[in-house]
Amino acid sequence: MKNSPSVEEQREIHRRMILTRRLEEILGVMAKEGKTRGPLHRCDGQEAVGVASCMALNTSDYVCTTHRGHHVYVGKGMEPRRIVAEIMGRETGYCGGRGGHMLLGDASIGMIGGNAIVGAGIPAAAGMALSIQVLKQDRVAMAVFGDGAAQTGIAHEAMNMAGLWKLPVIFLLENNQYGLTVRQEVQSPVEDLFIRAAGYGMPGLKIDGNDAVAVYRAVAEASERARRGEGATLIEAKTYRMQGFSTSDMGGYQSDEEMAPWRERDPILVSAKALGALIGDKAVSDIASEAETDIQAAFDLALSDPFPTFEFHRPSGAYAEI
Amino acid sequence: MAMMRYAEALNAALREEMSRDPSVFMFGEDIGRYGGVFKVSRGLMEEFGESRVRDTPISEQALTAMAVSAAMTGTRPILEIMYADFIPLCMDALVNQASVFGYLWEGQVEMPFVLRTQGGGGVGTGAQHAKSLDSFLTHIPGIKVVAPVTPADAKGMLKSAIRDAQPVIFLEHKLLYNMRGEVPDGEDELVPLGKARLVRPGRDVSIFATSKMVIEAEAAAVQLAKDGIDAEVIDLRTLRPLDLASIKASIARTHHAVVVNEGWTFCGYAAELSATIMDHCFDDLDAPVARVAMPDMPIPYSEPLEAAVIPNAARIAEAARRVLA
Ligand SMILES: Cc1ncc(C[n+]2csc(CCOP(=O)(O)OP(=O)(O)O)c2C)c(N)n1
Ligand SMILES: [Mg+2]
Repeated sequence: MKNSPSVEEQREIHRRMILTRRLEEILGVMAKEGKTRGPLHRCDGQEAVGVASCMALNTSDYVCTTHRGHHVYVGKGMEPRRIVAEIMGRETGYCGGRGGHMLLGDASIGMIGGNAIVGAGIPAAAGMALSIQVLKQDRVAMAVFGDGAAQTGIAHEAMNMAGLWKLPVIFLLENNQYGLTVRQEVQSPVEDLFIRAAGYGMPGLKIDGNDAVAVYRAVAEASERARRGEGATLIEAKTYRMQGFSTSDMGGYQSDEEMAPWRERDPILVSAKALGALIGDKAVSDIASEAETDIQAAFDLALSDPFPTFEFHRPSGAYAEI
Repeated sequence: MAMMRYAEALNAALREEMSRDPSVFMFGEDIGRYGGVFKVSRGLMEEFGESRVRDTPISEQALTAMAVSAAMTGTRPILEIMYADFIPLCMDALVNQASVFGYLWEGQVEMPFVLRTQGGGGVGTGAQHAKSLDSFLTHIPGIKVVAPVTPADAKGMLKSAIRDAQPVIFLEHKLLYNMRGEVPDGEDELVPLGKARLVRPGRDVSIFATSKMVIEAEAAAVQLAKDGIDAEVIDLRTLRPLDLASIKASIARTHHAVVVNEGWTFCGYAAELSATIMDHCFDDLDAPVARVAMPDMPIPYSEPLEAAVIPNAARIAEAARRVLA
């Protein structure tokens, strides 16, 4: 089928999803042991959205993500070792320890970037798309954002302009059912948010966010549309947040009944099954053990990296002569 | 008196004022079922119902504008903005709506809303979740800004803020919520807005501080005492309108001033304090005012970097030694 991932791509999507999951799991353990700093927002269960969407784009395409962006970072091709180093505040991290886990970026591969102001990535991607349109480039911009972010005022403003000007942007709404501890239905009168696309004159679609192939296809198609000059697309990927809001979430509001069906449809299981049919189960489990080794190595290296030393940031300064 | 954590003192104030006045209601992100990210509103939705304690979508700009207009039409809204870093999203409602209407329609409408938020760094929350934007808020005419430090003040000043006829921005600090202190019993134990608190009397130098920096200033005073320097520490408590009388009286005694605020230095709240002191106390000063504030740059995440930018007791003590030198 047109726009489907090749077997090689599907293999890589699977590998990056496992890298992300193991990253989250190890961070979870370290957080419990008090070895991390500040709250961490894990994306367990949502890996297909972040990884497969980025895999459907080119390295030169721009991507913005949120406070919960580890899958997007890994999906866009950032190195686990330098991701971990940033999260652990080391000099070798993507921002030299300045950013922390919510604010990673790597402009060299179009990843600019994580954002801890909810909603801010939506106009950011629209602005990048505006730049692409002005410069007549063969590129697209994508914002990955949450169901909570969809309720901000700037989401509306940005989508209206994207529709109006046919900007080459993909709005990938990652509906994990929660904004912090509050369920989606407490924040929105309607269950499906993709229906808003009609009001912006752009196509809107709902996809299974736990199926990496479905995510890839939808984003690949939206990206082709955008490159043809036909404008923006709003994609709502239905998924589920398998861990708490953050490592400081006291929990207790996500019931087992609610989670069980999602656990069965874990994106890594879904992907393993699809991929197994293509390359055999043995090859699929080899991918997992390889990824495990890689992530362990990433942690080992990052944790032996030095902390940065403080320097005043001159461009931020208030006096011309300092 | 009862021993309480700062967060519990706020919770008690909210509960008492909600019971006392049915026009008081609360809204904000995660404040209802979860009880707020810092647990300040724990149990209030159960007690007062979903109409008066509302979980909201992530819509700070509209929420603030709605607080302004709801306050003009007979309610006393209490809006929680989860982090002070999100205050820029609330700005139009404060600067172009609340401030202006309070002037134009004085005598016709009142605007009794409280915007509670919390700021401050020190725990690795990064550049978008650790700022103190006090000066953004204290710049606005017609809006009161308060920042209590003790649990007793937290309770007494929140009650005063809720009963006030003007908009009040209530600044909390994420590192204060677990601090304990004695809180006077009684539903009508109010702490007036606009009055500073003398934390520690001293003869040699006056340290004027806000929010968590008051605690750092107290620690600095202890360090200074070891060198025979007797520092007076004043918790300004209300940032606007400022208790100028207390500032003047203190400087008349000590003739030296250090001003401390966790926000940025340039055009910051400490800068305003310094200018105010220069305007009103110049003749009493034996040395220029020293300012201790955040360096003019975003707040870094990594521990050694963050520790290097947040003002602390050592920097305050050093500033005091400098003005006395
Ligand atoms: C402007 C703003 N308001 C509030 C917050 C606090 N906050 C952080 S994440 C979050 C929920 C976001 O929900 P959603 O967009 O669905 O993302 P998810 O956490 O589910 O990935 C909130 C309210 C924030 N960071 N920025
Ligand atoms: Mg969500």
